[in-house]
Amino acid sequence: MKFFKDLKWLFFRNVRSSLRNPVWLFIGLFQPILYLLLFAPLLSDLAMVPGFPKGGAMTVFTPGLLVMVGLFGTAYAGFGLVDQIRSGYVERLLVTPVSRIALLLSNVLRDVLNLLVQSVLLVLLALVMGLSVNLAGLLLTFVMMILTGILMSSCSYALALALKQEDALASVLNTLSTPLLLLSGITLPLTLAPAVIRFIASFNPLAYEVTAARALFLGNFNESAIIVAVALLGGLAALAFIWAVRSLRRGAA
Amino acid sequence: MSSKSIIDIRGLKKSFKSRRSKQGGMVEAVKGIDLAVEEGECFGFLGPNGAGKSTSLRMLATLLAPDGGDARIAGCDLLKEPAFVRRQIGYVSQAGGADTASSGREDLMLQARMYGLSAEEARERADELIRALDLSEFVDRFSRTYSGGQRRKLDIALGMVHAPKVLFLDEPTTGLDPVSRSQIWERIRMLKRGGATVFLTTHYLDEADALCDRIAIIDKGSIVAQGTPDELKSGISGEIISLTVNRAPGAGESARKLLETEEYVREIGANENRLKLTVTHGGEAIPSVLRLLEGKGISVIDIALARPSLDDVFLRVTGHTLQEAEDQSKPAAAVPAKTAKGAA
Repeated sequence: MKFFKDLKWLFFRNVRSSLRNPVWLFIGLFQPILYLLLFAPLLSDLAMVPGFPKGGAMTVFTPGLLVMVGLFGTAYAGFGLVDQIRSGYVERLLVTPVSRIALLLSNVLRDVLNLLVQSVLLVLLALVMGLSVNLAGLLLTFVMMILTGILMSSCSYALALALKQEDALASVLNTLSTPLLLLSGITLPLTLAPAVIRFIASFNPLAYEVTAARALFLGNFNESAIIVAVALLGGLAALAFIWAVRSLRRGAA
Repeated sequence: MSSKSIIDIRGLKKSFKSRRSKQGGMVEAVKGIDLAVEEGECFGFLGPNGAGKSTSLRMLATLLAPDGGDARIAGCDLLKEPAFVRRQIGYVSQAGGADTASSGREDLMLQARMYGLSAEEARERADELIRALDLSEFVDRFSRTYSGGQRRKLDIALGMVHAPKVLFLDEPTTGLDPVSRSQIWERIRMLKRGGATVFLTTHYLDEADALCDRIAIIDKGSIVAQGTPDELKSGISGEIISLTVNRAPGAGESARKLLETEEYVREIGANENRLKLTVTHGGEAIPSVLRLLEGKGISVIDIALARPSLDDVFLRVTGHTLQEAEDQSKPAAAVPAKTAKGAA
């Protein structure tokens, strides 16, 4: 089928171009690694504070860090697309009979692949630093990461197609991602937060994801946030992808 | 319009929301154009920046939905069957479209794949184009390292991968140095010899004159004149023959009297021994003029034919020169916002 062929060749092209510039993969990892090395140790004493989740500093902090990589690693994917729109590359492909869905999906899958590689590297480093983790829980966490990647990179592409300029895209993405990050309990658990903030955070899918990932790392599969997080992320990822495909169909330049 | 036309456009129009609040409302970028292009022809859209050339081309290339009118390209309905139109056309935008993260050869292969060619076919076609367009010197380097002319050659090759019936070229030589420019001209002539229909836009008069079989002059979203370059030029005022006869007393005056009555002479003016004749076809008139004067013993010292340029045509049909139109369009936001960005 044309769709799968298109997807295969475009994905191949995207991965090839990522491999030619692997430095970006590591630059994307630099910040989370700093957090792991310089921030996680601060938490070790906090683990005694009442309200701090079970499992010790690394087990509490690593899942949050993964979600952070999921958020920032893929949310800026739209910049590459703005550049490709400007160079005429996107338009050139749109004039061909290429499947529009394949065109977009080939980019989203590349972003998800990059995200998974980064996540694995991060978990390996955390293991070296003393993390202990439930393996099945870790794999399920990666499933959530994939959904997060699809959600964030689709949103980023849809915004890139609407705004078509780096400056505008940067402002919108920063405006959106900062509250998402602060209200997710990535750095410090929301269980320590005042009721008002906890209430606002209850609308943030990433907050459920962080809670779910922490439970999964401990092997606690009964945590209700897991179902909520997977359902929310899956639904939103699908909607975001449809939004991005529609933006692409409406014309890319 | 004949039913054989490979491109048949009727009443095609497009408006954009104006960016300037003062004007408010909409800017009519293309105000309902009609035209037909025949198979194998090189057709040129000539006009200043912001005249609506790129917008028209983007509509024909299925990238922009028209607000009204319809068009058939290679037998397919542009509005109802855009997917079929895409298989018949190639489009090279002003920005080009080469993938900066790939080599030219990889990019040609990808493009061929997008048109559904098999690995073998894609490789053959890429080799063929690399030979024909003379890309071998740089095609295996990353395209981000190319010069402007090399980029443009690759862009054209990308547009040709599936041997389209119609190739749209938006400003194919804008921003190129003279050498690259003449190389691109040579490639376009080659495509035409190969039987392709080429539809290009340009704001260079000499380019339209050198490449196009027929030209439509577009200004402020409307077609203001259409025809072969020669038709357009002779429609202006014919051609002008300037001649100088020998200085013998009365030679100029007798030459004037002799020529006045010739039927091919539309206007004549004399100033001592220098004469200016307006004729319909200068090439045919010159031998007759020479025969007539020499027969009566009046020797001609100098004779020259001045053809009106497309510049004169443009001035006549729009009331301003192309350069003036260009200067005017620069500060104005009448350029559709979307096209303007693409052009940057």
